[in-house]
Amino acid sequence: MAAEINAFVTEKTIEGDADADGPLADATVAVKDNISTAGIRTTCGSEMLADYVPPYSATVVDRLTDAGATVVGKTNMDEFGMGTTTETSAFGPTRNPADTDRVPGGSSGGSAAAVAAGEADIALGSDTGGSVRCPAAFCGVVGIKPTYGLVSRYGLIAYANSLEQIGPIAGTVEEAAAALDVIAGDDPNDGTTRDPRQVEGADPDASYAAAADGDVEGLTVGVATELFEGADERVVETVEAAIADLEAQGAETTEISLPSVDHAVQAYYVIAMAEASSNLARFDGVRYGHRSESDGNWNESFAETREEEFGAEVKRRILLGTYALSAGYHDKYYEKAQDARAWVRRDFEDAFEDVDVIASPTMPVLPFELGESLDDPLRMYLADANTTPVNLANLPAISVPAGEADGLPVGLQLVGSKFDEATIVRAASAVEDR
Amino acid sequence: MSDTAASDDGTAAVDAEKVRHVAELARVRLADDEVDEFAAQFGDILEYFEALDEVPEIEREEELVNVMRPDEIEDGLSQTEALANAEETEDGFFVGPKVS
Repeated sequence: MAAEINAFVTEKTIEGDADADGPLADATVAVKDNISTAGIRTTCGSEMLADYVPPYSATVVDRLTDAGATVVGKTNMDEFGMGTTTETSAFGPTRNPADTDRVPGGSSGGSAAAVAAGEADIALGSDTGGSVRCPAAFCGVVGIKPTYGLVSRYGLIAYANSLEQIGPIAGTVEEAAAALDVIAGDDPNDGTTRDPRQVEGADPDASYAAAADGDVEGLTVGVATELFEGADERVVETVEAAIADLEAQGAETTEISLPSVDHAVQAYYVIAMAEASSNLARFDGVRYGHRSESDGNWNESFAETREEEFGAEVKRRILLGTYALSAGYHDKYYEKAQDARAWVRRDFEDAFEDVDVIASPTMPVLPFELGESLDDPLRMYLADANTTPVNLANLPAISVPAGEADGLPVGLQLVGSKFDEATIVRAASAVEDR
Repeated sequence: MSDTAASDDGTAAVDAEKVRHVAELARVRLADDEVDEFAAQFGDILEYFEALDEVPEIEREEELVNVMRPDEIEDGLSQTEALANAEETEDGFFVGPKVS
């Protein structure tokens, strides 16, 4: 099973603190291979970094091992996080444990597959436009994308800084929430982090794991019509049944509209590609990473190195990002995408005046068959319709199994207001045992 | 690049020359067949991005504050650690390709 799934790029261990107690003592954790681990290679799923060994560990890795968790390996991913299927990895595709002819979703596909296949208790992924929630939905496990700034990105190799957060994946809502308890909190090495206890109205002793009590009596669930339009009927039916289950347990549901989200995928890709084109400029083959054998000058050597070591999807995004930022196009694409981002954020803020959580399918489709979307990048991008708005709005969201359709897992996405992870954890815990 | 901006009818045709130009700006060399493939795909993707034209201008209220720390010396990577992943080093320095 393990070899067939290909969840790991590198299987090496970092022992957790043996004296630690708490919910993660003795837990095993799989870490996405774009999160730095001191002394263990961190490849980002790319030839470019196939031999890169970080001299330090990410803050989240130190926090997990300090809490007693043992790292069991580095998980496969779409190259630099750029993909929705974990097929763009230089280390071969990961397969979905629920159906090995299908993709596990992406980009944190190895992390979700490792948990679903029982190869780790919990896993860390990173979510820039859905990369924790999508594979959690496709593999039938739980994934949390935290509020921007709740979890340190120190040691996360950047793809699109303004959008991404590290988040936990686990078999149950409570386990994922317990991992979030450990990794959340401000970090002097990441100036964008906030201490959640300092947020207005926060309970300083709050525990996300304790919020997994299944009590949804009086909870108001907004059902966003735009996020159901165009989704596979089998997905819609399964998700609607899960929402009805919340109602049966005392939650109230109300239809809401988020007109801006029809432009979220475009805005997300323009912003993410623009940030990627800048971030990935650091891979010049000089300080780290492979360098091509080139007789050319600096520019030629740089271009040849990047030709050889980057895969097609990474090149596409670097080029499109460069294009969107170039003279004559900046206002047309990048500025308009920032307007769309502000619009999405405002839409959600308005909605949360009336509801506690917003429910939708995590993914509008069932897991793709392997190879199905590789030659059609736009088709792959469109699958991110329901996850990208959350990153644009900096909000927390969870994907929890809603049931199965045609034997394949379907995820329910619950979005919360800023730093209100407790409420989405509570709501998700009420439906996870359907 | 403004001379090759999207045409007036709103379509975003992308030809091989444009792909090569952007690839040069981004310092990514492309094989000929990759240029043709990207030109076709970029046409589709940019046409899809055209929908951003419908987005209203939004007042962007950013509640952002700068986060500062005292400028005190802290331990960083040693020179050996910093050079450990470089393909080529000499006397404690990175060695890059020739400049020209």
